[in-house]
Amino acid sequence: MAEKRYVRAVNEALCEEMERDPAVCLLGVDVGAPGGPFGATRGLQERFGPQRVRDTPISEAAVVGLAIGAATLGLRPVVEIMFMDFLALVMDQLVNQAAKMRYMTGGQAKLPLVVRTQTGYRDSAGPQHAQSLEAWLTHVPGLKVVMPSGPCEAKGLLKAAIRDDNPVIVVENRTLYALAEEVPDGDYVLPLERAAIKREGRDVTIASLGVMVREALAAAETLAERGISCEVIDLRSANPLDLQTVRASLEKTNRLVIAHSATRCGGVGAELAAALGEEAFYMLDAPITRVGAAFAPIPFSPPLERAIVPDRTAIIAAVEQVLAP
Amino acid sequence: MPAEEIDRVLARRLLATMQLIRAFEEAVRDHFAARHIPGFIHLSIGQEAVAAGLASALEREDYLYVTHRGHGHVIAKGADLKRVAAEIFGKASGYCRGRGGSMHIAAFEVGVLGANGVVGAGLPHAAGAAWALQLQGRPQVAVAVFGDGAVNTGLFHETANIASLWRLPLLLLCENNGYAEFTPLSVHAAVESVAERAAAYRLPAWRVDGQDPLAVRATVREALGRVRAGEGPALVECLTWRVRGHYEGDPQRYRSSTELEEAVAHDPLRLFAGRLRREGLLNEAEEAELAAQARQAVAEAIAYAQEAALPDPASALEDVLYQPSGAG
Repeated sequence: MAEKRYVRAVNEALCEEMERDPAVCLLGVDVGAPGGPFGATRGLQERFGPQRVRDTPISEAAVVGLAIGAATLGLRPVVEIMFMDFLALVMDQLVNQAAKMRYMTGGQAKLPLVVRTQTGYRDSAGPQHAQSLEAWLTHVPGLKVVMPSGPCEAKGLLKAAIRDDNPVIVVENRTLYALAEEVPDGDYVLPLERAAIKREGRDVTIASLGVMVREALAAAETLAERGISCEVIDLRSANPLDLQTVRASLEKTNRLVIAHSATRCGGVGAELAAALGEEAFYMLDAPITRVGAAFAPIPFSPPLERAIVPDRTAIIAAVEQVLAP
Repeated sequence: MPAEEIDRVLARRLLATMQLIRAFEEAVRDHFAARHIPGFIHLSIGQEAVAAGLASALEREDYLYVTHRGHGHVIAKGADLKRVAAEIFGKASGYCRGRGGSMHIAAFEVGVLGANGVVGAGLPHAAGAAWALQLQGRPQVAVAVFGDGAVNTGLFHETANIASLWRLPLLLLCENNGYAEFTPLSVHAAVESVAERAAAYRLPAWRVDGQDPLAVRATVREALGRVRAGEGPALVECLTWRVRGHYEGDPQRYRSSTELEEAVAHDPLRLFAGRLRREGLLNEAEEAELAAQARQAVAEAIAYAQEAALPDPASALEDVLYQPSGAG
């Protein structure tokens, strides 16, 4: 086991899966010789050749469409969509095509297809390069959506996504790409549909997603100094949601804060809160509280951006709110 | 088509395919009108020569992606007529277990990998299949069928560019029936010729009379000769006539009676049968016999579909995702 950066863990997962299975191939803008805008595919074209690591024109919809056709014939394409915002360009191919292909053909089609993309904020990327749009995808049956919160998850979830026989969207986080952590070497595969308890606690459960897992852990650390014990759950998967793990935690804490970087309105947290409101109402000692971005585009200027996007301070405030007598 | 001698067996096979498609779609039309079929229906009556000519130029192992107006291609590619009918009637034994219906009949066993209800959306799928074939070193080709309306989507241009750039074993086959739904070509396209647009991507392109199955076949074979030789993709534009509306029930108020008469006058079945009779390849009795065989096959398929079991509502959640255990 060695310390690896998040982006290196992504690269390692891709490399190992391409090594393991000749059907795995990469497609995307700048993924080949340039190695990807963030270096996630660096060295892979050199190693596996330009046929399997294919630079594409800026034709996102067609590229996802190509991956659908190729997956139907047994390839396992991994498409990179450079920014999550650009998923808007491929929504027909994801929603009406990839998500429906197996169902609509009565089970004739099998679609082992991965779309890797990334989001992130607090780096002044501006309104068209910083959105967390996972809720668009989780609303659609037929797609799986995972959001790796660190280097281990980046490797383990991506490997699982590549081996899965369904369309999986992997939402990485560019602000974590430089984060280093011990990551197991070799075949390290995490289940796509299971949340993980990142920190045990007894007073409040914080169910978090993607980069907000890091913020939740930081918040829990601060709150521990004040004698408040938080259990931090990394949901890992935005769809399906692992309700069982959150429920089990609620049995202990009876209080829930949900934290994600997407807008609160219509976010994955809304679904989680509603589902637990239905299933676990009598476990709750306080209303479920959600932390998310304000309902506005993500602005460019740093003070404006900080005013819109959530962080550990917002989580701390939410925890205090659910603990208020 | 040059005045070379027509192969008698081939000619009859093409006519038989066209008759089968026509008889099938007329039956679907009638059963839809009688409310035996749910949803909506798009018929290819008048366009049968394209499907017959194209399919006759393909190998069984070649792959095909078709459109919402795709019954003809699916039938011509050799799909089981009973399972096609059952799908249209929403039955469990339909090709797609009743999940797709008329617009989405995929028959993987004969290489039909998809039928799309979103105009233009299937083009990159065919290109992706072609890319897989190229990567896997397999000898087949992939074909995308689309209409003149699809040529105005971004995906046509994105796909044409990538296919040409990567020299994919792909045939783009445009059925230009002059209408994008209700809107005529003169209103929806700055450039009337689809083949001319293909030139922008250095795609070799042909324009052919889509009412003549032999001409379609010969042209597709010529185009596929290049594709199979590894010279990259090609485009064939078939000029054809849609007789029925965009969907069944469309009164076609946007077309003049003269134009509709002209469409009927271009009936590919009548034209082709007439030509075969003139050339002494078919007499009236033989033509009637072929037509009767088609009607018989269709009657059996429709009867099968009508009697087939409806899907179990409990199966509605199956196949949303692939489950390795087969649990649904």
